[in-house]
Amino acid sequence: MMKLITGNAPHLRSKDTTSKVMIDVIIALIPALIGAWYFFGFYAFFLAILGAVVGEAFELFIMRYLRKDKSFVPNGSAAVTGILLAMNVSPATPWWVMILGLVFALGVAKHAFGGLGMNIFNPALAGRAFLLTSFPVYMTTWYKPALSFSKWIDIQTTATPLAILKEKGFSHMNVSYADLFFGSRAGSIGETSVLLLLIGFAYLVIRGRIKLMIPITYIGTVFLMSSIFYFVSPEKFGTPLFHILSGGLMLGALFMATDMVTSPMTPKGQAIFGIGCGLMTMLIRYFAGYPEGVSLSILLMNAFVPLIDRYTQPRIFGEVKS
Amino acid sequence: MPSKSWKEFSKGFVVENPTFVQALGMCPTLATTTSAKNGFGMGLAATAVLVMSNIVISLLRKTVPEKIRIPIFITIIASFVTIVDLLMHAFVYDLWKTLGLFIPLIVVNCIIMGRAEAFASKNNVWYSLLDGLGMGLGFTASLTLLGAIRELLGSGTLFDITIWGKAFNVFIMILPPGAYLTLGLLAALFAFIGMKRKERGNNK
Repeated sequence: MMKLITGNAPHLRSKDTTSKVMIDVIIALIPALIGAWYFFGFYAFFLAILGAVVGEAFELFIMRYLRKDKSFVPNGSAAVTGILLAMNVSPATPWWVMILGLVFALGVAKHAFGGLGMNIFNPALAGRAFLLTSFPVYMTTWYKPALSFSKWIDIQTTATPLAILKEKGFSHMNVSYADLFFGSRAGSIGETSVLLLLIGFAYLVIRGRIKLMIPITYIGTVFLMSSIFYFVSPEKFGTPLFHILSGGLMLGALFMATDMVTSPMTPKGQAIFGIGCGLMTMLIRYFAGYPEGVSLSILLMNAFVPLIDRYTQPRIFGEVKS
Repeated sequence: MPSKSWKEFSKGFVVENPTFVQALGMCPTLATTTSAKNGFGMGLAATAVLVMSNIVISLLRKTVPEKIRIPIFITIIASFVTIVDLLMHAFVYDLWKTLGLFIPLIVVNCIIMGRAEAFASKNNVWYSLLDGLGMGLGFTASLTLLGAIRELLGSGTLFDITIWGKAFNVFIMILPPGAYLTLGLLAALFAFIGMKRKERGNNK
């Protein structure tokens, strides 16, 4: 008689490891980082490198000495958090503020909840929210792009396009759609160039690392809602194209909302998640105190992910509807 | 019996700490601990009410009818809160102004109601006094600790004495999210201490 031995599930394993996925994500972020160097000077690029190095070192310390997992090997997820956090802060952020945000992101938002795969909130966005409330002055000082790899001495501060829309109105806008698309505008380190973010995102899609559902529903909802409000008052609410290209929407929709840990698992759940993010983003942009609401809306929807996952659970194969 | 007296007195500090272990009285804990001084003042006010109400409720425990004990407890507590409120108004006016609504709210503080219901209505005056004092001091210590951490990180001072410059202030610490963060981390610390104690107890 044949003897059948069954091991523990899962029986089918893919060759992907966490570090492989994370290296792909880092590669996808490189174009935007080089763009940041060009727009805001070497310091912006340095902040991202600092984030990656300090993030990995801090996670190693947490895992080895605080959580006592002696066999832990760095897997790159903390480096991704560090780079994403750097991309989400203003180029005026001092290095120690950056490290403080990273300590919060990894220590409180990630490892206090149980580490990789267990965190409810996107660590990089939690770190950004922490910094935004703690250091409002550093986090809302914006630089005019320098457009040169070498010159980073004479820096001019200015307002972001979304802040201009909120305070003065759409007719005072000082940037063109081309500026918004190629990245020559004030903003967080990694959010300005839509083109470079799309290049990185295309790489991830080709490698099969990201599903398109969340970005499409997210950006689609923003487009739909800003179209409706465009007809109410173009001067006050701006055009749909402006809303899609400005602020951190592309960075948020392409790289932050699609985080595997903090987004729903099923396509239906991802659609709900994306629509919720879009609605919240536009509500904050139009009616709340902050000019930009991408990071806060994604954090808010992160909190709903367990609930969304519960209600969009697919039927088990062969199960009969009762 | 010195040992039982000591036990009733000291349990409020760590083992049954009202804030970090029992998670009682969260409303004043979160709202008033923006500085060490405020936390300390709030804790002392609650302690005074707790000790006096525990004594009186313990004295009356045999005469109070079971069915209407809660209204009676509240009436007793409310009288002491009024006394403390007026005294603070008279002698520490600035603190009274900062704490504001949270002094009258001591009436419905669940630590005080909880100790009245769970302890003072069942034990004699001496133990009730010690229990109230221990719990109150535990509450005061927790609030002062919370306030000190938040004040130090949020405004760089400690009991209004400047420790470092304003440049390193983490503004979030003196806002409501800072209260939740500090409270959560300290509660985790207390749970960790409790776990270690249990382990040590098992090893013996």
